[in-house]
Amino acid sequence: MTAPTTATDVNQPTLQPAAPTGRRLSWPVLLLIIAGALALTSLVRIVTGADGITNVSQMSTALQLAVPIGLAGLGGLWAERAGVVNIGLEGMMILGTWFGAWAGFQWGPWTGVLVGLAGGALGGLVHAVVTVTFNVNHIVSGVAINILALGATRYLAPLAFEGHPGGSAKQSPAIESLGHFTVPGLSDALRDLNAKGWFFVSDIAGLLGGLVTDVSWLTLIAVALIPGTWWVLWRTAFGLRLRSCGENPVAAESLGVNVYKYKYLAVVVSGALAGLGGVFLSLVANPFYLEGQTSGRGYIGLAAMIFGNWMPGGLAIGAGLFGYTDSLNLRGGSANVHALLLLGALLLVIGAIWLAVRKKYVQAAITLVVGALVFAWYAGTDEVPNQVVSATPYVITLVVLALSAQRLRMPKADGLPYRKGQGK
Amino acid sequence: MKKFDRERVLLAVAGPVIALAVAFVLSAIVLIASGKSPVEPFALMFEQAAFSDIQVLIVNQASMYYIAALAVAIGFRMNLFNIGVDGQYQLAAMMAAVVGAHLNLPAVLQIPLLILTALFTGAFWSGVAGVLKVTRGVSEVVATIMLNAIATSVIAYLWLPDVFGVKVGNNNTTGEMHASGWVPGIDLGAAGEIYGLVVLAVLLGIGYWVVLNRTRFGFDLRASGASESAAAASGVDPRRMVLTAMLISGGIAGLAGLPILLGDTHTYSLNFPTGIGFLGIGIALLGRNSPVGIAFAALLWAWLDKASPELDFHGYDKEIAVIMQGLIVLSVVVSYEAVREWGLRRQQRRVGAELAAGHVLGADNNTTKEVAGR
Repeated sequence: MTAPTTATDVNQPTLQPAAPTGRRLSWPVLLLIIAGALALTSLVRIVTGADGITNVSQMSTALQLAVPIGLAGLGGLWAERAGVVNIGLEGMMILGTWFGAWAGFQWGPWTGVLVGLAGGALGGLVHAVVTVTFNVNHIVSGVAINILALGATRYLAPLAFEGHPGGSAKQSPAIESLGHFTVPGLSDALRDLNAKGWFFVSDIAGLLGGLVTDVSWLTLIAVALIPGTWWVLWRTAFGLRLRSCGENPVAAESLGVNVYKYKYLAVVVSGALAGLGGVFLSLVANPFYLEGQTSGRGYIGLAAMIFGNWMPGGLAIGAGLFGYTDSLNLRGGSANVHALLLLGALLLVIGAIWLAVRKKYVQAAITLVVGALVFAWYAGTDEVPNQVVSATPYVITLVVLALSAQRLRMPKADGLPYRKGQGK
Repeated sequence: MKKFDRERVLLAVAGPVIALAVAFVLSAIVLIASGKSPVEPFALMFEQAAFSDIQVLIVNQASMYYIAALAVAIGFRMNLFNIGVDGQYQLAAMMAAVVGAHLNLPAVLQIPLLILTALFTGAFWSGVAGVLKVTRGVSEVVATIMLNAIATSVIAYLWLPDVFGVKVGNNNTTGEMHASGWVPGIDLGAAGEIYGLVVLAVLLGIGYWVVLNRTRFGFDLRASGASESAAAASGVDPRRMVLTAMLISGGIAGLAGLPILLGDTHTYSLNFPTGIGFLGIGIALLGRNSPVGIAFAALLWAWLDKASPELDFHGYDKEIAVIMQGLIVLSVVVSYEAVREWGLRRQQRRVGAELAAGHVLGADNNTTKEVAGR
């Protein structure tokens, strides 16, 4: 995630270098950590016999659940990189689900995708007008948009869907599928490999298999949007200007950047991405719109983005984590989560050792005790209540934020009001 | 030497009036766009407000909105966003219901005990976010959102039959509470009953005003909201303020579900009202964080809620009320900000004119800093 400094970065005298955020992870170290986590998971799978935790179908479900969260997170990333906190992502997603389904069942799914995008962008536009032009507190505006979007779709749904076959006041008629693909040959080969149950190899095969089996075209687009966003925001002049509005709008203004324009653009794109996340829910995850379909995924997307330190790569990992724990909940969760308790206990013990090496004995002792408790929980029970499963992603987010919040660095002018000429 | 400032009153009233007018116009446009009369729904809803049974419903509903909004407002006064009121009041109501179903003391002890249970549960839940904020620097917005989701899981867990749950048909409940914990209502005959704990809402409103405006703590809190660095410079410990404000906010939030729990349902079931915490945010904004303003806003919200079902019988969709709530919140925040900036500019111009004329400036020409929700 460490982008090398480019000439354009260096040539911006007004941009402060990023505050030191502790040690940065280089790519090899990061890959090593991921490989280590996979190896540990594999070990746990073999010890516990819970083959479900790295199954191809499990991974495929996880990917499908991660996409809307990732898209919402990307939406948050665009807005916050331009300095606008967007808690209205939830509302923009709701707009996306309704608009996508409304156009989708009448004029085909791809029209639905476009109209859903536009619906989300509309929500973004409202947010931009309220926060950028009228300078209202960003969180306040976002909350208002969430209320408004919920009300609007609830009002519009009966008008649009009632009377059509399969439609009701809370649900749209069925929508044609966007179509999905399976990479021929590769998918079967990976599935076979996954079924062998070998240490490490089978788990990697399961992970990769999930990425090439029954993938919706919209999933492909969503996954492509992550490197796409990174390229646009970190490798183009447009992206540099946009980010400069989130770091130091006064400096950006002094260099001739039209801050209002960039903030507007960023928030509208943000809304469109959240809308696309909504479309995914009402067109791919389910073939219909259902009231309350988003169930807080906009907020989770925001959390995934913060988890990922306002970077696309970190955001993708965060969304993947949420998607994975969500998928455990769907697919015979309790036995698998029970196995993951062991993984948690192992990780806590490793953490305790690491802390002890760094001479933080008190924290190490606490971590060790927590690890022992989790292990006792694992040893003393056969399965975990479903409610623990559904709470897991949120608890993990809280823990991760608690451990790393001081190392996270949000855009410097994020959430601050800006008026043209305020720096004079 | 505070004289009656006509302009200040005008500014204070202009915000909500403009906002309400804009919201009504926009809702009318929505109605016209969907091919319906833009006037009749409002006429119908005003008619509803005249019926005494609807009035009772409105007051009952408003009491819960009012408490939830107070909880949000106390955070807003120091720029703290307690988005977690929703989880806090639901969890607190459930714990109160559980204690009420398993413990049977005389009413004089039982009712205070239930209230304290709810208070401490709410405070505990928001306290988690508060502790994370002051010790680890986690944004309270994200933490409370996560805690809302976790609260949903905790409630679902407590509903399991082998924990505290009692299945009644398809409904999850916590079992009926002992009658000693029921708070008798104010009987209005045919119109129905006003929840006894409406009184609690009123007391909380008075307490809120007294604490914020007449105590040192309230002054510190408002100072921290207006300028954290200035407050810190005058000896306020910002971390302690954040934690205390968060605990108080959560404690009040915990009480939001009690009027209906102790006054009507006597059990925490799937039918228990949800989402009051999020509505409370809108109500606190509309009421400008002032106890009287919030009361009006809560009544307005409850009126929209309780008068709108009638619309279904006349060929309108009652959801227009939800759109109106959204439009009101949005136009309120925009108009407050616009009016505030307009007022600031006028003030600056006046100061400029007085300076040019060579007057000595009074101390009351300081511009105020932005406070959340203004």
